[in-house]
Amino acid sequence: MEQAIYGNEKQIKRKIFIRLAIVYALIIFFAIFIIIPFYWMLITAMKTLTQVESAPPILWLNPAEWQWVNFSGALEQAPFLRFTLNTVVVAIIATIGTVITTILSAFAFARLNFKGRDLLFMAFIATMMIPGEIFVITNYITVSRIGWVSLDQSYFEAILAMTVPFMTSIFFIFFLRQAFKTIPNELYYAAKVDGKTDWQYLWRVMVPIAIPTITTITILNAMNTWNAYIWPQLVTMQEDYRLVSNGLRNAFDDTAGRIMYHEQMAASIIVTVPLIIAFLLLKKYIMRGVSRSGIKG
Amino acid sequence: MLEDQSNVKAWFYLLPALILLGIFIFFPIFNAFFLVFVDEYNYMQGTYEGFTLINNFRYVVTDHNFRVAMTNTMLLTFVSVPVSVIIALLISVWLNAIKRLQGFFQTIFFLPYVTNAIAIGMAFAFMFHVRFGLINWFLGIFGISPINWVNTGASWGTAIFALLVYVTWLGLAFKIMVFLSGLQGIDKQYYDAARVDSASRSRVFRRITVPLLSPMIMYITVTSFIGAFKAYTEVIGMFGERLGPPGNDRAVITVVALVYRSLDRSGVPGALSEAAAASLILFGVTLVFTMVNMQVSKKRVHY
Repeated sequence: MEQAIYGNEKQIKRKIFIRLAIVYALIIFFAIFIIIPFYWMLITAMKTLTQVESAPPILWLNPAEWQWVNFSGALEQAPFLRFTLNTVVVAIIATIGTVITTILSAFAFARLNFKGRDLLFMAFIATMMIPGEIFVITNYITVSRIGWVSLDQSYFEAILAMTVPFMTSIFFIFFLRQAFKTIPNELYYAAKVDGKTDWQYLWRVMVPIAIPTITTITILNAMNTWNAYIWPQLVTMQEDYRLVSNGLRNAFDDTAGRIMYHEQMAASIIVTVPLIIAFLLLKKYIMRGVSRSGIKG
Repeated sequence: MLEDQSNVKAWFYLLPALILLGIFIFFPIFNAFFLVFVDEYNYMQGTYEGFTLINNFRYVVTDHNFRVAMTNTMLLTFVSVPVSVIIALLISVWLNAIKRLQGFFQTIFFLPYVTNAIAIGMAFAFMFHVRFGLINWFLGIFGISPINWVNTGASWGTAIFALLVYVTWLGLAFKIMVFLSGLQGIDKQYYDAARVDSASRSRVFRRITVPLLSPMIMYITVTSFIGAFKAYTEVIGMFGERLGPPGNDRAVITVVALVYRSLDRSGVPGALSEAAAASLILFGVTLVFTMVNMQVSKKRVHY
């Protein structure tokens, strides 16, 4: 009897073990699929042109043979440092603008009581369903009429055209409002008793408490700028004003002749690595944004 | 509770956001309906020659690219969304079931979320290269002769297949992130109860995991449908502004690409009205599918 139970337990244990092994095998299988494009990008960027154009493809390169020179080759194809600088400038300006407008309006929605608040908030949320292409057309007209997009566009005008339309975001307002709402009312009343104004309360109490959410907003906004392609392509009139994504695509189009794949992939690495580093360092904050957006539905 | 005097004050706090949203979000919505109903619109002067009800829509719909764009967009949507939702669901259930190395694998699966669609699109295009690519090398192991996926002279079918693979791959990360955070929020009690009842694993998956995750599945499905309808940057990443393999230009054009092609011709009178028409068609289609999705899930989603 005891023997039977013992045997049974052993059987269950083995079953659990096999099941777990299958799960790991499946995860590893799919993880390889995710990794392959990154690996292929890296290994191609490290090859010589002859190695790139060899069939069958070379799948493994000894790190000692890596052609780091491809990176300087890529930088010669297009002014990537300039593009990076442009992107950083645009990201900083757009993000500062977004964070300020978002904090102010999220505070109004979360803390203040005013006529039409719920109606206005509903109107905000409703526009989140509308595809951005509808806005792009008129925004293009608007920035052109203001004079930011013209054949003799200055750098300053290009920066304005790329940042001003993105200095606020309904999603971030919604996101920060939720964070502000979790701050207990008691703090507000205590601040009132202490004679603090709303303005002081917002910047000295609410903003410090909501710093993790504001950090998430900053990171997501900066990442969006780094990956922006369509709008900068539309509103920049000179190659020098472009952002990294545009620079990357335009420098390695095959309309320019034969594609130097090793340099193309080296340039792709230059664009991808900062994102991956940011992700690994700031995973916690990025995840917060994603899981929150998942709940909002 | 909260004082009423904050009425005026509140609008001051809202002012910066309201001005920007007014100019760059709310006005464009109304303006799209103006643009689409005028003829020969010149955007710098703001002049137009009379009103028209259907002309701009007709230009878009009769454009020979429209049918191709619609087919491609539909195909991308109805293949990549279901496939990536199912794969993401399975991966997140598996990830949730392991303890060791969970964080490590999470990081790997989340990586595509933070990558640049242009950069990784280029890497995919080179993976599908007819002579030097990884895919044809792999197929070669099984004796399959090289297929021209995306290079000069490639057909629509292979190009859209390569694009589908890329779009599905790209969409996995965000879905896994959302599903996993949903799974981690499920009360362990449900699973303990199921174990007491010795329910089978597939039964637990169908009867507990999926229903409890259904709000997230619903959310992901709706947002992914909307996202897939808007596919464009992915196409640029793989194929460049040509939107197709060399020699087969615009083979994988999408509806959003039509909008931007009209915008590129913004100097031509009426071009922006066509862009507006294309964007409103896109909006209409998105709206219909969102509503259908919500109707379907109303009966199935458990909140």
